[in-house]
Amino acid sequence: MPTPDQDWTWQCDRVIANDAAIGRRLLDDLLCQLKTLQWSPRDIFGVHLAVDEALVNAIRHGNADDATKHVQFTARVCPTKVLVEIVDEGPGFNPDRLPDPTSPGRLGCPGGRGVLLMRAFMSHVEFRDRGNRVVLEKERSL
Amino acid sequence: MTMTAYRHLDVSQVGDVTVVRFLDRKIIEDVNIQELGQEMFRLVEAEGRERLLLDFSSVDFLSSAALGKLITLDKKMKAHGGRLKLASIRPEIYEVFTITKLNRLFDIRRDEAEALAAF
Repeated sequence: MPTPDQDWTWQCDRVIANDAAIGRRLLDDLLCQLKTLQWSPRDIFGVHLAVDEALVNAIRHGNADDATKHVQFTARVCPTKVLVEIVDEGPGFNPDRLPDPTSPGRLGCPGGRGVLLMRAFMSHVEFRDRGNRVVLEKERSL
Repeated sequence: MTMTAYRHLDVSQVGDVTVVRFLDRKIIEDVNIQELGQEMFRLVEAEGRERLLLDFSSVDFLSSAALGKLITLDKKMKAHGGRLKLASIRPEIYEVFTITKLNRLFDIRRDEAEALAAF
């Protein structure tokens, strides 16, 4: 997790089973911190949506719903910023080669919108290593 | 028409329009989304409802997996010659529809009254 010099008010470093319910409990803890810091409902909604999509991607696509695999969940919170890093054990992917889910030919597809929503609601999203490590950053709105 | 009990939906009839309200404030858990999809699909495929209004006034959050169910529902409605409208979507969720451009796929109305008038 980058920016070690930041004065974080809350930190979480966990390796969890490949289970969305466990990941969402950590996410709920993170959202509680943002509520305590009086982040706006829109910012909290955006962090909720983006991190949930990243968790589901890691568990379902990265780890292919394999119960023997794990997900690394790291989060940092301060009054003006939240950082989340999620790592799965999967083969990764190239985010630049994802089809555009808003194109007319794909608008009727039921899936494929997770990364688009992460990028839209967070300030910065980056896929590292082989694409199995996603870093999500959100600056608090003014 | 058979009236069936639903676990995730509150289903009522206003004239010839079936009004569907969601009982879950957060549409997020995979099992719930699968069940929700089956209940919505049943309205169209088993019960033959042709005019469906989905009222989102009680929904605080939904994931992209839930969007997928709405898209599949829309396809099923069109295949059965039916009409689907969405209403009372809170601003944060409406932003999800605009980002994904699904506001172009769905007929989204401000509230239930406006949607009912548009059928």
